[in-house]
Amino acid sequence: MSDSDSRVANALTSVTREESGRVLALLARRFGDLDLAHDAVQDALAEAVEHWPVDGVPDNPAGWLYTVARNRAIDLVRRAASAERRTLAAAPDILARSEPDEEGDELVVDDAEVGDEHLRLVLLCCHPALDRDTQVALTLRLVGGLTTAEIAAAFLVPEPTLAQRIVRAKRKIRDAGIPLSIPASLDERVDALLTVLYLIFNEGYLSRGAAGLRVDLADEAVRLTGQAVALLPGNAEVEGLLALELLTRARVAARTDGAGELVLLDDQDRSAWNLAEIRRGNAVLATALARMQPGTFQLQALIAAQHSNARTAADTDWPAIAALYRQLESMTASPVVALNRTVAVAMADGPGAGLAMLGSLEGLDGYHLFHAARAELLLRAGRPLEAAASFERALELVVNPAERRHLKRRLAASA
Amino acid sequence: MDYMLLIHSDENYPTPAYGDPGFDEMMAGWLAFNQKLIDGGHWISAANLQPTTTATVVSKTWGSAPTITDGPYAETKEQLGGFYLFSAADLDEAIALATELPLPAGSIEIRPVSFRPDAA
Repeated sequence: MSDSDSRVANALTSVTREESGRVLALLARRFGDLDLAHDAVQDALAEAVEHWPVDGVPDNPAGWLYTVARNRAIDLVRRAASAERRTLAAAPDILARSEPDEEGDELVVDDAEVGDEHLRLVLLCCHPALDRDTQVALTLRLVGGLTTAEIAAAFLVPEPTLAQRIVRAKRKIRDAGIPLSIPASLDERVDALLTVLYLIFNEGYLSRGAAGLRVDLADEAVRLTGQAVALLPGNAEVEGLLALELLTRARVAARTDGAGELVLLDDQDRSAWNLAEIRRGNAVLATALARMQPGTFQLQALIAAQHSNARTAADTDWPAIAALYRQLESMTASPVVALNRTVAVAMADGPGAGLAMLGSLEGLDGYHLFHAARAELLLRAGRPLEAAASFERALELVVNPAERRHLKRRLAASA
Repeated sequence: MDYMLLIHSDENYPTPAYGDPGFDEMMAGWLAFNQKLIDGGHWISAANLQPTTTATVVSKTWGSAPTITDGPYAETKEQLGGFYLFSAADLDEAIALATELPLPAGSIEIRPVSFRPDAA
């Protein structure tokens, strides 16, 4: 690939991932039709793929995309109008509303209005009338600009399944009248958005390196969370999530060894951690904490920061981590959080204290990490036979192949 | 946009009958809700149904004569007990209105209307 080829390829990727969501948001509002706007943006992107390598990258790629997509949308409306009399009556109206004179061809992509439309689109994707899998797929497709094939590959689902999920969702948005609006219950919707972004991040983080061609969902999540931070200024939890993602991703290179096997935090080569990313995560977290709006993502980021800022495993401040988990547990009542607190307590006060706490946890018998944690504590307490039994129980429940291999190695080592 | 609210609740849950204590309070809630729909320009229609013990089912199968049977299709925890038909700007407004329904427990299915012969 020549320099100019790769410049064009980079510009295409950047306009697809960074700008297409905003352009879509703007057109969806102008035309009052998400489906039409999405088709128009897709067509404009296809035109960019065709023309940019020949004509060069335009000076303002986002403005170019907006203009071409808007013209395409007008074209689509006209075509539909000639095909359907019912639309004919409405078409002049729609066209009048989207006259180019309104904002001219010079689109300033960062203006507040676009930000507002962009937020509407992001929140639409996380509407409670859509199920969680659909929210995730729509967010990546419409906001993140990923292709259906890329999303399907990232979640290891067949492409037709994923495509159908998106088609169904777009149909429901249209037919059930799900609006592009800033809802009265903004906090709930932001909570849903953060859950979706964190799911995307975890999917990417946990499956990193599993298959060469997969889009890096962790990177996509960081990018989209960064956009959410800009769209929801002053929201400490959005910043908390970004900090959590950065502080976690900073360690990703050390999380697997050369053979792709899982390396536990204690055994990781900390010189492979990304210090610039840790610094950035620390800074974002400090900004969030200064807002004095406590929340679960900030707490999780604080825990991640304890790990990421420890020079050696021995430097880890386990009592502080246990205290953070206690706060998190009181806010979430989650048994998984309780399990994590147990592990931190065991690191601070010894395996006996951890095992005593594990005994009082309920609702985790079907969770492989409960048995894995119990096995590790039993091993440290010098009870290898019971440890082996717990490793075996964990192996019955584990799904992720890298985790399975890790548990097998631990089981073998405990014998 | 027109929406139908299909109200499902446990019909065996005791509700006060006319003349019982608490009946007036219960009715006041529903009347206030109806008035809100009327005042907001949402109202189209509504009905409360007799319990499923009064239901009769006409089943039609392709190629054979219709059969008429007693009662609902299957035992379920909640039964269709009534409906509202109203107009709202969008799903968010429909959800907000459905949430205000003075139903103590149950589930309310919101379905957009695709076509209504009596609509202008």
